[in-house]
Amino acid sequence: MKPRTTFLTALLAVAACGGDAPPADASASTASGATAAAAAGTGLSDVEMEQGIGPIRDLQLGAVDDALAKEGEAAFVTKCSACHKLEERYVGPELGQILSRRRPEFVMNQILNSNEMVQRHPVVKELLAQYYTPMPVQVTDEAEARAILEYLRSVQTGAASTPGGSQ
Amino acid sequence: MGRSSNRGLYLLGAALAAGTVATFACQGGGGVGTGAGDLAAAAQAVYVAPGSYDEFYAFMSGGFSGNLTVMGLPSGRLLKTVPVFSQFPENGWGYTDETKAMLETSHGFVPWDDAHHPELSMTDGVPDGRWIFINGNNTPRVARIDLTTFETTEIIEIPNSAGNHASPFITPNSDYLVASTRFSVPIPNRDISIEEYKENFKGTISFIRASQPGQMDVAFQILMPGYNYDLAHAGKGPSDGWIFFTSYNSEEEHTLLEINASRKDKDFIAAVNWRRAEECVASGAGRTDQVRYQHNYIDDRHIAVTEEKTSVRVIEPADCGNLVYFLPTPKSPHGVDVDPTGEYIAAGGKLATVIPVHSFTKMMAAIEAEDFEQIIDGIPVLKYESVLAGEVADAGLGPLHTEFDGKGYAYTTAFISSEVVKWQIGTWQVVDRIPVYYSVGHLMIPGGDSRQPAGKYLVALNKITKDRYLPTGPELAHSAQLIDISGDKMRLLLDFPTQGEPHYAQAIAADIIKDKQVQFFSLAENRHPWAARSEAETRVVRQGRNVHVAMTAIRSHFVPDNIEGLQVGDSVFFHVTNLEQDWDVPHGFAAMGGNTAELLVMPGQTRTLVWVPQQPGVYPFYCTDFCSALHQEMQGYARVSPRGASTPMRWGTGGTWKSN
Repeated sequence: MKPRTTFLTALLAVAACGGDAPPADASASTASGATAAAAAGTGLSDVEMEQGIGPIRDLQLGAVDDALAKEGEAAFVTKCSACHKLEERYVGPELGQILSRRRPEFVMNQILNSNEMVQRHPVVKELLAQYYTPMPVQVTDEAEARAILEYLRSVQTGAASTPGGSQ
Repeated sequence: MGRSSNRGLYLLGAALAAGTVATFACQGGGGVGTGAGDLAAAAQAVYVAPGSYDEFYAFMSGGFSGNLTVMGLPSGRLLKTVPVFSQFPENGWGYTDETKAMLETSHGFVPWDDAHHPELSMTDGVPDGRWIFINGNNTPRVARIDLTTFETTEIIEIPNSAGNHASPFITPNSDYLVASTRFSVPIPNRDISIEEYKENFKGTISFIRASQPGQMDVAFQILMPGYNYDLAHAGKGPSDGWIFFTSYNSEEEHTLLEINASRKDKDFIAAVNWRRAEECVASGAGRTDQVRYQHNYIDDRHIAVTEEKTSVRVIEPADCGNLVYFLPTPKSPHGVDVDPTGEYIAAGGKLATVIPVHSFTKMMAAIEAEDFEQIIDGIPVLKYESVLAGEVADAGLGPLHTEFDGKGYAYTTAFISSEVVKWQIGTWQVVDRIPVYYSVGHLMIPGGDSRQPAGKYLVALNKITKDRYLPTGPELAHSAQLIDISGDKMRLLLDFPTQGEPHYAQAIAADIIKDKQVQFFSLAENRHPWAARSEAETRVVRQGRNVHVAMTAIRSHFVPDNIEGLQVGDSVFFHVTNLEQDWDVPHGFAAMGGNTAELLVMPGQTRTLVWVPQQPGVYPFYCTDFCSALHQEMQGYARVSPRGASTPMRWGTGGTWKSN
């Protein structure tokens, strides 16, 4: 078992220094009045409100890639299934229809940057108040997070969330 | 005061500084200075603001705790206790199936030792922060601690040895660590009269290959006269290739040493030419002894394994010319310390009135001129006057150990007079002295035994505490003291308690280590045979009376958390894999009535607790390390039926039962 070294995330570095969260870039706001209102007072941009806080922005998604979804299923079983089921609330929310509630970028950012999402994103903060267990970081690789997204797309039966869609 | 009728000399310094100890206790800052300005300056110098980091990692030997203690400097804050030679119930070290083998020796399982001297690995004579080593004095051993995980990863036993004290001092490029006999013994050890000491007891100096983790090996041993070999330090720069050992009891006495081994005015520093030893071994000199000793290491599955070794190469000075020379040194010398240039070798002649300092250049000239007093067992004895560079006079009573600041000064502890004495290399003049509280043994300057000391702080490692802290019954924590050595005058900054008895210590700039820390282990690379890398891999397997439970832990549940079909007297192996892949999320595990310690399982790791239920019933198990808001819910039950009962074996979490 090879030890893995990671470095402090920006979040932890901020926390360690006792500073406040960095101000959001308000000038980036391009969204509708409704989402702008939702973003008000959160310190987040409208884009962050919709797509989450993290490295993933404006995915261009085609048809579901079955091979990638298969890969994602294996990762899901190893890293997500201890807390998430597809059809029932468990330690965390059910994920079978997650894409009808959240944008795909939001899902990937939650996977890759859950610490900061839990700290700063009002939607995730609200989930923490319901579920009590903050989602741990289990995936640090964007390709793996993308595969998990593909798996969730492959099991989605309802309509997926669209840009500007509801929370 | 008045609570002690025999305060003795350890109070001398205190009395000189401010009158009475009671005054210190009431006013604070005993020894720092009397003015508010002095106290404020000292406080500011050691204050590490919340959320900020210390400048140095300090590694203090845990002494009779068998552990290594990691503290921050200048704050004196405790950062971690690293278990080494002693079982450690806090995390299961020495109890779990994955770590028990680390404490195996040729004497069987030895769950304790007396750990004395931490020694950082070096590159080019400078601490490099890869590993730290420490010796076990009682059952001779040397351990390696990996400084990316702060875990002990390797322990080797030393054959033909007893009282491994002059250890594990390291050569400038970490080629070798040394080990030696503080207590000479019959070699090979056998059933003979103790009165045959002079004829049959010998010392050994061992060289252990250190540069390859997992592959420590006794490269060779040098058979020495039956003295007590006490401490060592390797040469560097011009003296690289040599290593220097103090010895006492050159009287070769075996009883009442405090009198009998203190008769001679001088004992010896043994100067050992280890490159010459390599040549002799390579050319086939010496003999191979059949011995048994154990080498334990953590393998790539994170499981400790023991390999038994059965032979060791032994060379004698008489068979290998130019290997060892004796430097006469007053009197019963303890520490031997080489200055940063590698030219000067200072001895702590603990019963001497001066600090003798030898010159490497003069030593080499005396060897060249064959300026010998006598030859003992093939070892030429050089003349004291021929090798002496100078003597430091008025150096306090009972000088023990010296470290260096890299600015031309040396600092020596004086045990009896409880002080640290600063002297100048070359002039041999004492330039400053400071009382310490009380009875100082070793001292440590970060890098102070290396080519590049960081001459900012000095830590005095004191043997006696008495009234320095709030009293805690008969036993008190040992006291360490932080002294500022950045200016001309030494300045006491801080007292802090330590664990066990810190003998030696080492320190290194935090920047060299802190960014290399492992935060978790990769679950995907977990190769433990009973790992469950996901809940889908959990299983319960009965093998006769052994039951293996491959269990997972993640905030905030175990899988399985209900287990039935166990029987009284089964050995239940709870193999707990922590599924978390995040920093600082260990899970603990304990089962009611367990006869060992808890498990503390790092993220991505698998650890095993063996539980042998004694009575039928239903027993809870739970997470012992507060992990989440629902930590109190992280529990489970094991049902134990009578021996031979027909209760079916089944297990699960969340109401779904599985069976084989």
